[in-house]
Amino acid sequence: MNRRHTSLWSVLVGAGLPAAIALAGPLGLPPVPVPASNPMTPEKIALGSTLFNDKRFSSTGEVSCATCHDATKAFTDSPRKTSEGIKQLTGTRNAPTVVNAAFFEKQFWDGRSADLEDQSQHPFVNPIEMGLPDHEPILKIARTDAAYIDMFRKAFAIEPSAITMEHVKMAIASFERTLVAGDSPFDKYYFGGDKTAMNEAAVRGFQVFLGDGRCVSCHTIEQDHALFTDNRFHNVGVGINRIQDKVPQIAPRFLEAKAKGLDVDKAVLSDPSSSELGRFAVTDGLDELGAFKTPTLRNVAVTAPFMHDGSLATLRDVVVHYNNGGVTNKGDKVNDFLSGGIRPLNLEEQQISDLVAFMEALTSPQHARPATTAGVQP
Amino acid sequence: MSNNYSRRSFLKTAGSVAAVGALPVTMVELAFAKSSENFTFAYISDAHIQHMSGTRFVNNWDRGLIRAVAEANLMTPKPDFVMFGGDLAQLGSKPELDHGAGMLAKLTAPLHAVMGEHDYYLDLGEYWSKLFGPQYYSFDHKGVHFVVLNSILTTDEWTFKRWPTAEQRMLEMAGLDNPNGSPFMVGEKQREWLAKDLAKVSKDTPVVVFSHSPLQKIYKGWNFWTDDAEQVQALLAPFDKVNVVYGHVHQIQYNQIGNISFNSVMATAWPWPYPQSYAQAETHLPKLTIPMNRADPFFERDATGWQMIDVNTGRVALAYNLYNNKSRTVAFDPKLGHPVDKGLQTVALEPNRTHY
Repeated sequence: MNRRHTSLWSVLVGAGLPAAIALAGPLGLPPVPVPASNPMTPEKIALGSTLFNDKRFSSTGEVSCATCHDATKAFTDSPRKTSEGIKQLTGTRNAPTVVNAAFFEKQFWDGRSADLEDQSQHPFVNPIEMGLPDHEPILKIARTDAAYIDMFRKAFAIEPSAITMEHVKMAIASFERTLVAGDSPFDKYYFGGDKTAMNEAAVRGFQVFLGDGRCVSCHTIEQDHALFTDNRFHNVGVGINRIQDKVPQIAPRFLEAKAKGLDVDKAVLSDPSSSELGRFAVTDGLDELGAFKTPTLRNVAVTAPFMHDGSLATLRDVVVHYNNGGVTNKGDKVNDFLSGGIRPLNLEEQQISDLVAFMEALTSPQHARPATTAGVQP
Repeated sequence: MSNNYSRRSFLKTAGSVAAVGALPVTMVELAFAKSSENFTFAYISDAHIQHMSGTRFVNNWDRGLIRAVAEANLMTPKPDFVMFGGDLAQLGSKPELDHGAGMLAKLTAPLHAVMGEHDYYLDLGEYWSKLFGPQYYSFDHKGVHFVVLNSILTTDEWTFKRWPTAEQRMLEMAGLDNPNGSPFMVGEKQREWLAKDLAKVSKDTPVVVFSHSPLQKIYKGWNFWTDDAEQVQALLAPFDKVNVVYGHVHQIQYNQIGNISFNSVMATAWPWPYPQSYAQAETHLPKLTIPMNRADPFFERDATGWQMIDVNTGRVALAYNLYNNKSRTVAFDPKLGHPVDKGLQTVALEPNRTHY
């Protein structure tokens, strides 16, 4: 039954057709949370999809949301380390997948946006992403382009002059809420009861995930679904390790600039040092220094490289980093602000390989690529 | 999470023209001194650095102290000094004290230290004193008289005559609800010294006393207790403004006895439950104290922390930096005449002034 729903879902989304909203969700996922202020409609979703792919909303006319969130790459820009916006400018952060972003309680790696609606407005005007001076060029196009006039009218029952960024944001967020994907070999194994859905290495890796690896502490699994995120922020020794000796200079300097009106969104994407302050840059909270959001692990095997800065090339590198207790190279200095849960794991080689196999079993069928099907039965 | 603390303090800072680039600290106004003499100090306590074997130490306790030191170093304006409140070591050994001292050496502000029983009962404080100096002393700083006491002493009979080895003595004192333990005391010698020391201080000078154990009696079985507390309190009674800040209890406590305000500080190592959770014996948690919420065992650092302290109008205000939790500020309320939790105090509470 789930299988049928899944394929219907995939077909609808894959064909770019508005997905039926009441459709039962994919295996392994809870219902998509939809804010009461922005109910999903096929018209809004279709508009959001068009906006998401429109390169005119960048200063050079070459970059859209889809540039870094490419549907053929599980809505990332894999294998880029950090994203490239207008004029080949690169930022400080690895493009997170939009797939299942609807389930996050906060958006961006540092959670500086409360929801998808708020998140969607920022890349347009970030100087190293889409580079618009403000949101006016978007509204100008939306109010004058015949196709948009029609779509906004259908989605919001408004005349062109009444179109605001609020409508743009709601449409994009509605589209993004359709980008959910479960039905991985793990989902079939764990929630679907198909004990042949994961290979033996992945089954062993699942036990490491729950046990010695301590992964599930943050990448959570519930009784009837798994988002693989605790929606919290942790200093896991990535990024911050590079700047740890300079934190006593960087952190006060950042807060000083922020007090004088610094735009946090622009600063963290353009200044590598500020970026590594993580959630601290948003909250000023000492216990979030160098902390970033726990990403979902769904489809992780098709979104390399990894971590907020794309600094780890392979899933194996990621496991080794955690196995070392929060340092990429064994023996490197652990940063002073490391989250309490990160400690050396003493995993054996076999366990590390098995963990990687488990993560490869988290790929949804619609995002699977031939090279990364280790979790799928031959 | 410490956001509330940080945000509030930060906004205060942001609104101040003079202070820029300030990391979360409480802003200090010393009513009895010139504003240029405003100051804060940081208080880190109960690290319990624990040696396992060779070069191995318990990682969790290490990380707690390392983090507190790094965070205290971020404070702007810098704390004038840092107090370490005792129990740097777990079983008083040289490797433990050396390892802990190495971490404390990274503090950029001057360090003062208080003796804890876990530092003391192996070699009776000999090696600790080599590292940190005298076990009781006083100093004056910007109009405040600070006193450091060694409050974890006990009877000579227990200390010198009862145990076949120093190691066993250490272990017996480290135990809780241990019938072989002995109550802490400041002792006659130090009380005589304290009387002389205080004789030189005018009665309107704010006095801040640092001890490891509470200079009040809360629960004997865990030595949340100082046996000669009444005598020490009597020496402090003549002063207008007296504050006792103590470690040992690994939890937030506060009380008011006469003119003396009592505040405890957090451990960087682990939290203790409140003593009333041990229902088999009488306990006297100060009625003023609003207990901490129960630690979430998922978060290794929850219910641990450290604090920035200011001496506003001669009374201490403790801003607790608590990880994965809501930060708290406990400060003396001049109208009520006792410490209150600024965020949590919802009902008027009378201090249990009759209990010491």
